[in-house]
Amino acid sequence: MTLSAAEIAEIMRLIDESSFDELNLEMNGVKLQMRRSGRGPGVPAPEAGAQALATEAHAPSRALQASSAPPAAASSGPGGRDIAAPLLGTFYRAPKPGAAPFVDLGAEVEEDTVVGIIEVMKLMNTVRAGLRGVITEILAADGQLVEYGSVLMRVGDGG
Amino acid sequence: MPIRRLFIANRGEIAMRIIGTCRALGIETVIGVSAADRNSLPARAADRALCIGPAHPVGSYLNAEAIVHAASGCGADALHPGYGFLSERPRLAELCAAKGIIFVGPTPGQLAAFGDKLRARAAAEAAGVPVVPGAAISSAEEAHAVAERLGVPLLVKAAGGGGGRGIKRLTRLEELDALLQLASAEAGAAFGDARVYLERFVARGRHVEVQILGDGRGNVLHLGERDCSVQRRYQKLIEETPAPGLPDRVRGALLEAAVRLAASVRYRGAGTVEFIYDVPRGEFYFLEVNARLQVEHGVTEAVTGIDLVAEQLAIAAGEGLRFTQAGIINRGCAIECRINAEDPAADFRPSPGRITRAQWPQGEGVRIDTHIGTGADVPPFYDSLLGKLIVHGPDRETALRRLHGALAGTRIEGVASNIGFQRDVTDDAEFRAGGVTTDFVARFLERRPPCASAERGAHG
Repeated sequence: MTLSAAEIAEIMRLIDESSFDELNLEMNGVKLQMRRSGRGPGVPAPEAGAQALATEAHAPSRALQASSAPPAAASSGPGGRDIAAPLLGTFYRAPKPGAAPFVDLGAEVEEDTVVGIIEVMKLMNTVRAGLRGVITEILAADGQLVEYGSVLMRVGDGG
Repeated sequence: MPIRRLFIANRGEIAMRIIGTCRALGIETVIGVSAADRNSLPARAADRALCIGPAHPVGSYLNAEAIVHAASGCGADALHPGYGFLSERPRLAELCAAKGIIFVGPTPGQLAAFGDKLRARAAAEAAGVPVVPGAAISSAEEAHAVAERLGVPLLVKAAGGGGGRGIKRLTRLEELDALLQLASAEAGAAFGDARVYLERFVARGRHVEVQILGDGRGNVLHLGERDCSVQRRYQKLIEETPAPGLPDRVRGALLEAAVRLAASVRYRGAGTVEFIYDVPRGEFYFLEVNARLQVEHGVTEAVTGIDLVAEQLAIAAGEGLRFTQAGIINRGCAIECRINAEDPAADFRPSPGRITRAQWPQGEGVRIDTHIGTGADVPPFYDSLLGKLIVHGPDRETALRRLHGALAGTRIEGVASNIGFQRDVTDDAEFRAGGVTTDFVARFLERRPPCASAERGAHG
């Protein structure tokens, strides 16, 4: 028994629309834990759970060694909501030099949309939006050293 | 190679201490802080602060990859690890080397050798330095033979421990098997190394340690000794130099032994060789090497006038030793009291929170190393050290008088502190007489248990 990416996304959507903050699901050997995102910046993300599973299900094929970063901290800012760096490192907007960026201004993102990579000592960590909406501002430049919790992009409602 | 930009991989008072020397030397500082320390005094005092990870130290101050990536990314020439956290982990030094950053400390090999307390014991023996009678053990039979030879009480120590961690006392031989299993399991979990060894328990001993500086080429100097016998559960509370009443013959042999050991491994940087002085036997034994700057380095600076952080940086930059042994003169007496956010009335439980008032004393011969001012936060994730009172005088009598005045002029409100406890200890006749043994604090606490009201001051 496995869950497809689409099914996980559907479960995420259901939680998002529900009044619950957390889901623990266990069936036929599959264990799924999910917690609602939208925690404030600087609050450590849960160490295991839905993210790990979701990351495996969605892992993009990459030339370099990849590991999953905890989801970016999202918060409400004056210009919308923020995608914050889940760890300190060098931020890359594209999967490799010269390639098209993961997302650009105006791109629609969902919680699990990859928006960039943060490299720490040659280890590539994918950064996911952690929220849904439209990219309205990109603050971190390609190749820039970003701090833990610093705002990488802003997201508007896109309506 | 001169150091122009230094990355500080630490927090708290030691980060402030390092920033202070860098300012005096015109070295730019970048500090890596956790999310909990973004607004700390060191984060504001450094030329630049980078948030390296979340409040929990595993993601920040213990995250060697993030630290070295940050140091490299901000263009630092060198990295100072302070004490604690990753300061003695070969991994941090190795990552620095891989990125071409100078690690302000010993070589990775030296860190590995002294981090393994059994290898350190072997190095001491090879250098002809006496070690506490004891032995490594590899089987239950061997353990029993060693234990019977040493007699009880004895200590079971973790090879991966050190700094007072991973030590258990055995008082009955019948409990040896059970204690060994427990100690080994705990050591495996805490240090990732289940090896333990046995040592004779020195019931009436003094903790005396020697500050050394080595150039990495075999030249080593000592800067005198420190007596750190005022300890609670192997954690130091008061340190002083010189060790009061230590016979000159012992002092001379101790200093010489420390230099011999450090020279035998071509030690690089500042370090401390710790010994236990068995008072009834009149003998000293090697305990361990702390391959970094110590919390209590300030008392040595007070009597020698030497800035140990500046010497660490000079050695790291390849300048070597800038003194000769004859050029180091220890003048007078210096005493340090550690002021901790902990509640003596509640078994010294840490007391994190916000400091509503911090008043530190000033005066002749008084030095304060701290990162705490009014409004500062004491996060629950790190050690409870708020600051260090370091007093210096031409003699111990004067230093004690200054310490009394300094403690009376220290006010910490908003969290519980051990100021009242330190006042009581330093006013105690036995401490004032000098030369207490490491069981002093336990006996003192039996005699006069700390009372709740005095400790919280205006807060409680």
